[in-house]
Amino acid sequence: MNIVVCAKQVVDVGEIKVNPSTNKPVLEGIPKKISDIDKNAVEEAIRIKEKLGGKITVMTVGPPDAKDKMKELLAMGADEAVLIPRPQGADYHIVSKLLSKGIKKLGDVDLVLCGEASIDMFSGQVGPRIAGFLDWPQLTYSFKVEAEAGKVKACRNMGDRMVVTEASCPAVLTVTKEINEPRLPSLMQILGSARKPIHDWTVSELGMDGETARVLERDLRGVKMERKNIVFKDDLDEAVAQLAERLAKEGLLG
Amino acid sequence: MPRDWPKRAFWGDIMVVVYSDLKRNGFELLSKARELADKRGNKVCAVVIGKDAGTQAQEYIQRGADMVIVTGSSMEHFNAEDVSDILEVVVKEERPEIVLIASTKDGKELAPRLASKLDAGCISDANKIYVDGDSILAERVVYSGNGIAVEQFGSFPGIITVPGKAFDPLPIDPGRTGEVVNRDIVLKQQRSSIVDVQKMVSEGVNVEEAEKIVSCGRGFKKSDDLKLIEELARVMNGNTLGCSRPIAADLKWLSEDHWVGLSGHKVKPKLYIACGISGQIQHVAGMRDSGIIVAINKDADAPIFNSADYGIVGDLYQVIPKLIEAIRQKM
Ligand SMILES: Cc1cc2nc3c(=O)[nH]c(=O)nc-3n(C[C@H](O)[C@H](O)[C@H](O)COP(=O)(O)OP(=O)(O)OC[C@H]3O[C@@H](n4cnc5c(N)ncnc54)[C@H](O)[C@@H]3O)c2cc1C
Ligand SMILES: Nc1ncnc2c1ncn2[C@@H]1O[C@H](COP(=O)(O)O)[C@@H](O)[C@H]1O
Repeated sequence: MNIVVCAKQVVDVGEIKVNPSTNKPVLEGIPKKISDIDKNAVEEAIRIKEKLGGKITVMTVGPPDAKDKMKELLAMGADEAVLIPRPQGADYHIVSKLLSKGIKKLGDVDLVLCGEASIDMFSGQVGPRIAGFLDWPQLTYSFKVEAEAGKVKACRNMGDRMVVTEASCPAVLTVTKEINEPRLPSLMQILGSARKPIHDWTVSELGMDGETARVLERDLRGVKMERKNIVFKDDLDEAVAQLAERLAKEGLLG
Repeated sequence: MPRDWPKRAFWGDIMVVVYSDLKRNGFELLSKARELADKRGNKVCAVVIGKDAGTQAQEYIQRGADMVIVTGSSMEHFNAEDVSDILEVVVKEERPEIVLIASTKDGKELAPRLASKLDAGCISDANKIYVDGDSILAERVVYSGNGIAVEQFGSFPGIITVPGKAFDPLPIDPGRTGEVVNRDIVLKQQRSSIVDVQKMVSEGVNVEEAEKIVSCGRGFKKSDDLKLIEELARVMNGNTLGCSRPIAADLKWLSEDHWVGLSGHKVKPKLYIACGISGQIQHVAGMRDSGIIVAINKDADAPIFNSADYGIVGDLYQVIPKLIEAIRQKM
């Protein structure tokens, strides 16, 4: 079974601070990583491959420095990777269409795996958008997947209900954080990943030059959270008494 | 193609099309749709799908719709493939400027699929939507609560998904009239099928409305130990339990209606007590608007202390019983 995993490089949102003078989140100089749930998607792809054979391709729309992070996914067990540059001002329409056209160019793809949502934007758009462009079935929020030749079945967490959906391939799956525990590659695998190819594809070869964004960002404001940060430690009885006192003063014990 | 459409995109007199898989969210969407359409002197169209759609159509009219399209009576369960096909037909016929879809999980998988079929922009989880000159702007939380992005459509139609409770529904107006149109849209043979649907257990708690929440995380060793925070909640007159994602989604010690965070419920109680929760940003994203935040964690370096007003560094198994006692004396 040939599988494409769409993986995104994101800034580590836990590290973002808001610049008090501009009131904007500072996004430069923040550590970057592969969006958490995309590693669950790679892990699931590896488990499917272990059962059914085939090839796993990681595909990213992003900046050149994403290659370092894509290597981690190759070390986990993906076979090769494709990096497509992200055009300035690209929105979900452009990113998803680039990925969809990349999937078409690759050809002979049975499954596309995405995360349920990325940790920076948390939109959950890319998976269903790819499915829509390609007119493939979509199995979103999957927390258990069973694949066999030519078809796939998933248990899906739809909030108020659990839905089991079956589809014939090719299909798009989005996975939740609970689906598995992503493996940590061994040192051998990390060294071995250096030999695995990362292809550079261009926007023009995917026929997407001059494509216009459908959504424009007008402004980005920071949201500060100011807290008292009073921490009691050491003597627990004292700490508890202090806390109860403060809560009473705040009028929260009524 | 949308980009060839005139700047004010809608061609007929329908400006907003509304769809929600849940009626309650539908009412909320209609209220915002009404406001937007009234600014332009245009109309609101709602789509209802399924067997019992007829009665819902009347309720939608009483809550602000001018026209309701009733369709899809053969659809057994919600599925994004069929519903996006239906909405694609409706949007191409009515040519609205904006499509509002409820951000339930159904809506969140439907909206981007529809967007790609229409080559349209989609803004996810907007909690503010307003008219600014010729444009419609939408605001959404990004970077796990660290930012708010103000976004604008560069083409029409624009699709927006809206979380529950972002807007208040309009009161019922029994005298309001509108048009109900039955549309027979033939559904395609899809390559996917739903083989089972099970309702998830729900304990019927409403963390979003709670005034005090005591919340638990993986610092608890077994589900039986949750008795501790149940007791704490009781003495506080709070009685509402919250939890981190792993407690609901992995361990299933509590139902998902307790789940607080980016992917769970957004809460804003007067008091939020986080016990044995590390305070990863995805958790904080759901409770950062709380009045006072208290953290109990044995790790002095746990990030939760950065997001807290008051914290106690200590073993929750020791701290909570003492706290229960201390509060009992103050109450
Ligand atoms: C896209 C995405 C969305 C997410 N959405 C959410 C969400 O909506 N909500 C959410 O909660 N998480 C969410 N998460 C997960 C989040 O990143 C964290 O993994 C999760 O919040 C951790 O839960 P926890 O604090 O219970 O567990 P842990 O991180 O394991 O923390 C347990 C804490 O308990 C403390 N502890 C242990 N024993 C004791 C003791 N005896 N006494 C006192 N303290 C003790 C430890 O010091 C530790 O700090 C999301 C993740 C992703 C990637
Ligand atoms: N730029 C990107 N390149 C590759 N995959 C992406 C990209 N953005 C999003 N994805 C995929 O789409 C999922 C959902 O992302 P989002 O729509 O941003 O919430 C992610 O978990 C990835 O699997």
